[in-house]
Amino acid sequence: MFSNFDFGVIVRALPYLFYEGMTFTLMLTGLAALGGLVFGTAIALMRLSGYKTLGRIAGFYVDFMRSLPLVLVIFWFYFLVPYIGQWVTGASRPISVGAFASSLITFIMFEAAYFSEIMRAGIQSISRGQPAAANALGLTYAQTMRYVVLPQAFRNMLPVLITQTIVLFQDTSLVYVLSITDFLGAASKIAQRDGRLVEMYLFAAVVYFTISCIASFGVRRLQARIAIIR
Amino acid sequence: MIEISHVNKWYSPTFQVLTDCTTSVTKGEVVVVCGPSGSGKSTLIKCVNALEPFQSGDISVDGTKVNDPKTNLPKLRSRVGMVFQHFELFPHLKIIDNLCLAQQKVLGRSSDKAVAKGMQLLDRVGLQEQAQKFPAQLSGGQQQRVAIARALAMDPIVMLFDEPTSALDPEMVSEVLDVMVDLAHEGMTMMVVTHEMGFARKVANRVIFMDRGEIVEDAPKEDFFGKPRSDRAQKFLSKILSH
Ligand SMILES: Nc1ncnc2c1ncn2[C@@H]1O[C@H](COP(=O)(O)OP(=O)(O)O)[C@@H](O)[C@H]1O
Ligand SMILES: [Mg+2]
Repeated sequence: MFSNFDFGVIVRALPYLFYEGMTFTLMLTGLAALGGLVFGTAIALMRLSGYKTLGRIAGFYVDFMRSLPLVLVIFWFYFLVPYIGQWVTGASRPISVGAFASSLITFIMFEAAYFSEIMRAGIQSISRGQPAAANALGLTYAQTMRYVVLPQAFRNMLPVLITQTIVLFQDTSLVYVLSITDFLGAASKIAQRDGRLVEMYLFAAVVYFTISCIASFGVRRLQARIAIIR
Repeated sequence: MIEISHVNKWYSPTFQVLTDCTTSVTKGEVVVVCGPSGSGKSTLIKCVNALEPFQSGDISVDGTKVNDPKTNLPKLRSRVGMVFQHFELFPHLKIIDNLCLAQQKVLGRSSDKAVAKGMQLLDRVGLQEQAQKFPAQLSGGQQQRVAIARALAMDPIVMLFDEPTSALDPEMVSEVLDVMVDLAHEGMTMMVVTHEMGFARKVANRVIFMDRGEIVEDAPKEDFFGKPRSDRAQKFLSKILSH
């Protein structure tokens, strides 16, 4: 199998793989994580708000998102978004949003469901005395969340949030169903073009593995650091 | 300063935690609230700054009704200092930032002014060197003194204390009580839930005894320690004074 293994293919493809593919993958991962965190936090706050209807809507959203295969959502969303855009803006024809925007929105929606559960656990891990003390000082609900509760919840949950982001980093490769040139997509295109499937897919696996491993190692270091501060 | 009249509170339809509580704290007065655990002392004091809602009765602070839906609660609370049993410093903020947060976000003070005020109050509780540390790096007694300084930084018109020394190791109780005694001598209006009868003897004007959600006794200090009128208060006193 390895007798005619050609490293040259990989080396020649490196600029394309990383400048095009990895840039896209990292950008999608970063923006989706950020958006997912923002919306996930909002959903978590809705669920904990004490308003029953608001909580139910948020709970339904989370359950709904978590019971769908991601690849299906990506696929459907890509074909639906133009029509949703048309409906929202009242345009006469479907709005083209592009593969990046479409997959980014999908990942944000999907990750929001997961991040919201993490943030919910984080917020619940903070004793009730903390918001009480903040309120007693005259901070409003919003200020209490912004300056007292969420920073602590975020810190407590940082290792879990990063771990979820590593999963997200791997999941972004699913955009291949839209023929997008993310890292895996780029590798796959070279593989097809040069007929070098083994080399390219093996290399792609090594790269995903290495980055995820380094990130996981970072998380463990971080956990140790946080443990000291507490 | 604080008027509490006929307050009733239920935690559930079958569990009434406060029953017809009526009392008041006038300006400059120090009122100590004591009573067995679970008698509703914390609940009552939390009703004063509306951290706990109540179903009937009225409470007003400096003429403002706390149970009026139109009352701006954050504004009212910013003028009522509160110190908790478990300190409740914000663990992710440095000591000085614990003191500055509400000054800046609630009172709108500039960062310089807030820091100056914060340092002045840290100095007053003897903790100026700890300003750049985090709460977890301080002892319990130090943390509680910071918590008092944090409340004072808001220039409160009244201070509420909920068992400020009962989570402390015995050797740290006095450093916190000393700060409170000074505060009382300066004329601060204070409502203090505590079992420290030495503190009550030293600075209290009145002592309130609560049992099972009711104010059983509300008497000037001399009367309370001289001859408590109710059996329950007598029993309670003999218990906590015997050790
Ligand atoms: N949030 C709550 N929900 C239900 N019951 C509570 C709550 N907080 C306190 N209680 C109950 O109310 C009673 C009075 O509590 P508390 O005011 O904390 O008493 P104390 O401070 O005098 O020890 C206790 O029986 C306690 O278990
Ligand atoms: Mg209590």
